[in-house]
Amino acid sequence: MPTGNLTVGTFLIASVIKILLFLFVLLTGVAYTVWLERKVVGHIQNRWGPTRVGPFGLLQPLADGLKFIFKEDLTPPYVHKFLYIGAPMLALATSLISISLIPVGGSINIGGVVTPIQITDTDISLLIILGVTSIGVYGIALAGWSSNSKYSMLGSLRASAQMISYEVALGLSIVGVLMLTGSFSLRAIVEHQQGWFWNWNIFKGGQFVAFFIYLMAAYAETNRIPFDLPEAETELVAGYHTEYSSMKFAMFFMAEYSNMVTVACLASILFLGGYSGPTFSGILPPLLSSLMPVVWFLARVVFFLFVYIWVRGTLPRFRYDQLMAFSWKFLLPLALANIMLTGLVVALRA
Amino acid sequence: MIPLSCYLVLSAFLFACGVTGFLIKRNIITIFMSIELMLNAVNLSFVAFASYWGTLFPTRNVEFLKGQVFVFFVMVVAAAEAAVGLAIIIAVFRTRETLNPDRVNLLKL
Amino acid sequence: MLHLALFIIFGGICVAGAINLLAQKHPIDSALSLVVVMGSLAGLYLLLGAEFLAAIQVIVYAGAIMVLFVFTIMLLNAGEEEHTHGSKIALLFGVPSMVVGSVLIAYLLLHSDPSTRSVNVGSLYGPARTIGQLLFTNYLLPFEITSVLILIAIMGAVVLARRESQ
Repeated sequence: MPTGNLTVGTFLIASVIKILLFLFVLLTGVAYTVWLERKVVGHIQNRWGPTRVGPFGLLQPLADGLKFIFKEDLTPPYVHKFLYIGAPMLALATSLISISLIPVGGSINIGGVVTPIQITDTDISLLIILGVTSIGVYGIALAGWSSNSKYSMLGSLRASAQMISYEVALGLSIVGVLMLTGSFSLRAIVEHQQGWFWNWNIFKGGQFVAFFIYLMAAYAETNRIPFDLPEAETELVAGYHTEYSSMKFAMFFMAEYSNMVTVACLASILFLGGYSGPTFSGILPPLLSSLMPVVWFLARVVFFLFVYIWVRGTLPRFRYDQLMAFSWKFLLPLALANIMLTGLVVALRA
Repeated sequence: MIPLSCYLVLSAFLFACGVTGFLIKRNIITIFMSIELMLNAVNLSFVAFASYWGTLFPTRNVEFLKGQVFVFFVMVVAAAEAAVGLAIIIAVFRTRETLNPDRVNLLKL
Repeated sequence: MLHLALFIIFGGICVAGAINLLAQKHPIDSALSLVVVMGSLAGLYLLLGAEFLAAIQVIVYAGAIMVLFVFTIMLLNAGEEEHTHGSKIALLFGVPSMVVGSVLIAYLLLHSDPSTRSVNVGSLYGPARTIGQLLFTNYLLPFEITSVLILIAIMGAVVLARRESQ
């Protein structure tokens, strides 16, 4: 079995530890992204955001989690029981899978066990992430349909149509990076951008247009402002999660924010150099210097989350026909032009 | 490991399920889904045979990949067919208000 | 050993999904069973070494074509199937004969050619790069023809599903 230079037992234990660690960090990150959003949007709107619960409102996510657990869990009549309960679970599961492929750092050496700071890496990692995003559409479509309500149905149809339209633009914007790197493996994409920050794909690879296409398509995929018509309160009550309460609603909530985190991780890997950065291996002990890439990666992810929240606080939302026209008539031709240009440059350079 | 005939039996079973669904179901969308099941069974057969030829000729990797390219084209054609077929179903539904193919019988004597 | 276990798991899910597709009355349940079948077929493609194809199966088939089916079922608000009068004799003779026929075919396939029994599939490697090279060199003509086919399909679907403007 391909376990590198570790025995099978050590590999299994290391993998289990990594899975638990990554999941814990991801779920805590999701909870504190909610806190960050409430604080930042509050400051943009000239108010404080949560300040009461703990210093700077830092224990607010804990209080929210307790509130969700204690709320009454309603199931409206005439819903399709299996899908009503299964849809939020599907949405949450597909949004958590992508973290298993994200390379957070180089190798780390703990007590003689050398293992990469990544749960696993395959030759088709990027395709797997795209596939999981495609399956995530089902969570939303089935949630709205099984709720047996007009607003849910309309909201879920609009949300799913929006998601599948922007998936095309998302996939095509990544092709330029793939042509430069020559592999679907995320670690290979990051390794291709090693060196000083000039080597990042957005600068030397010339993928700045693809970067903006990716960002806009990702905002639409995660149903965030300015593309959040399907779940806007003033439009459709609450869209596809109107009829959901307590833990099931919390699952949708967590799914949306962990999709945001996944998109931020992918954007930093594909366009901004992943975990590359100075490791200070001369100054720090080896364990700390192999953790420096993790710090750089987290800095980029937090930057993207901040941009997400900043855009949310600033821009108005698109109307639905404007949204669809934007994807099919603007982003798609632009992504195709980017592919052709990048292909031309790669072919001429070789 | 697994002999080729196991994959072929599985593919044959899925194809038979697709044919059965095509014959006994009374909802046009489910009939259409049985057609997709038949296409998938055939895809599995293609990939299994491609893998078989690939292990028989390990030096010529192109044998393994030819079968996969064919599956690629089958998927593309299935996608195009699904889109047009569903559009037809929607158009028929608008006029006849039913999804039961037995009821679309205006031309019957 | 692990290959056999994985084959049995994925094959079992395929079989269960296919039978569920036939057994369910509501088309949405059939559609979701078909999605499960396609997902487990992707797992089988991975066992056979066709990794790019497995990813494409999930992205295109399970993630786009079946979403189209689910959309249509939701839009047309398809209810459960109508129950027409089946024939008891057909059930009495049909089901056992189908079981006998399938057992016969399976026996023939499994005991037919000693070469197909001895070759073990599933130890290969299908990188995307080589498939891409094949697609753009040997199979360039079918590739371009299928792109025209998709264009025709798009136009056909848009024209057929459009509402008649009064």
